[in-house]
Amino acid sequence: MSDMPMATAGTPRPAHDRDANVAVRLGRRRRRIDRVLAGFCWLAMLIALAALASILVTLVWNGLGGMRLSVLTEVTKPPGSHGGLLNAIVGSLMQSAIGTLIGTPIGLLVGTYLSEYAAGSALGNAVRFVSDVLLSAPSILIGLFIYVLVVEPSGGFSGIAGCLALAVLVIPIVVRTTEDMLRLIPTSLREAAMALGAPKWKTIVFVCYRAARDGIVTGILLAIARVAGETAPLLFTSLGNLNWSLDLTKPMSSLPVTIYQYAGSAFEDWVQLAWVGALLITAGVLALNILARSALRRRT
Amino acid sequence: MSVTARQADQPGSASAAAMPQPAARIAIRNLDFFYGSNQALKHITLDLPERQVTGMIGPSGCGKSTLLRVLNRMYDLYPGQRAAGEVLMDGENILDADVDINRLRSRIGMVFQKPTPFPMSVYDNIAFGVKLHERLSKSDMDERVEWSLARAALWGEVKDRLSGPAMGLSGGQQQRLCIARTIAVRPEVILLDEPTSALDPISTLKVEELIDELKRDFTIAVVTHNMQQAARCADRVAFFYLGEMVEVGDAVQMFTAPKQRRTQEYITGRFG
Repeated sequence: MSDMPMATAGTPRPAHDRDANVAVRLGRRRRRIDRVLAGFCWLAMLIALAALASILVTLVWNGLGGMRLSVLTEVTKPPGSHGGLLNAIVGSLMQSAIGTLIGTPIGLLVGTYLSEYAAGSALGNAVRFVSDVLLSAPSILIGLFIYVLVVEPSGGFSGIAGCLALAVLVIPIVVRTTEDMLRLIPTSLREAAMALGAPKWKTIVFVCYRAARDGIVTGILLAIARVAGETAPLLFTSLGNLNWSLDLTKPMSSLPVTIYQYAGSAFEDWVQLAWVGALLITAGVLALNILARSALRRRT
Repeated sequence: MSVTARQADQPGSASAAAMPQPAARIAIRNLDFFYGSNQALKHITLDLPERQVTGMIGPSGCGKSTLLRVLNRMYDLYPGQRAAGEVLMDGENILDADVDINRLRSRIGMVFQKPTPFPMSVYDNIAFGVKLHERLSKSDMDERVEWSLARAALWGEVKDRLSGPAMGLSGGQQQRLCIARTIAVRPEVILLDEPTSALDPISTLKVEELIDELKRDFTIAVVTHNMQQAARCADRVAFFYLGEMVEVGDAVQMFTAPKQRRTQEYITGRFG
């Protein structure tokens, strides 16, 4: 205490010097609390991981047992006749792909509008609110919406109706991530582009999209992962199809709907195929995520 | 200095403009600027002489950066910001509503306080701005990129990594890249807003040398908090305080014999 700097020379000395024992006791107390809280964090992490691991292990355990080549080469057949899931796999791929292709551009543009053009505007706030409501709306409502809008007027269930239902699910996810990612870009970067004489749209397309690319792509991946596993919206739209069909105007098969139908059936080989289908979706989504992430990392 | 002499030298009076100097590239006349209802610039009258460096100094919030942002209409991006008065370039008031802002910004370039490389390659950082205003063949573009990087004293350091990401450059290199990007568009005026405040001393020195070199071709305005920098770089210095331009004059005169008491107090470090 004797070598305090000059600046504090005028302040009165504290009544007593620091008690070293108090400091030691406080330090011990802090370490104790730290250990307890860290313990809680570990516990919470283990609970979450245990649930996830239990799902994955059950899935792999039950799914791998029924995995044989015929799953990928045969279409769905009556129970007991060694059918596969080819029509469901192809149907899922088509509907998810087309749904994403329709929903992503719309979501991107809406997200861009919210971030770049609608700052503080009432319309922007309304659009953001509706999009967020849509994000958390039960997906069966989306199915009903497309049922009323497309299936009934067109006179029947169809693959394209399924695609549209999935597109409606994709839009709010892409809107939210696009807006969030664009908002993270510092104003200085936008100003720098405009200071070179770039019009606003070129600034957004060539500078902002690039800067936000990773986040936006992650959002699209999340959307694909979400719709690839959706059942409810397809029940009212593409319905499912036990036969081979690539016709988007006809009912179309899909993995989630097939899983839904097979898992609840009384036939052992159908239940087995449902497990295989669930494993395929999980593996597919996982592979897509890993592929896209490593591709992004290599480019940057 | 007597009271009457000081009064005779109020900002905007004829004496500053009467000093022998090259023709004004940009002539600011009676400029007012508002952030909403808050007036940030008051009746600014100032010339930026052709191919000279005009330094702008003053304490934080005095309006010097605001003035730069008026000169290339950066404030247009924000509703609620408004300028009144005249900024004349070739006899045309650049504040007029019908001015082509993107073309204006190609004539009046700006470099910001923090380096802002675009998330693309070094080459594309330069080409981006050029492509906005010109159609060049691949070889012409290569030439332009090399020319601008050389003018920004960066070519030697990046010529082997033109296709590498600009984000991978050091802070000082990034700032010189931003300068290269600005001059690649071949503007007539370059505005520098505290271009070295985020740089280390060696990078700062390089940028200052660069400013000295660039004034042969460009008219330059530089805002700085660093009095030594203003003394080193600027031909003329304008002192701003609370939105007013207190005094403008030859750099040597401003730092040795300022006419205004407030200028004297600021440059000797008594406030600000």
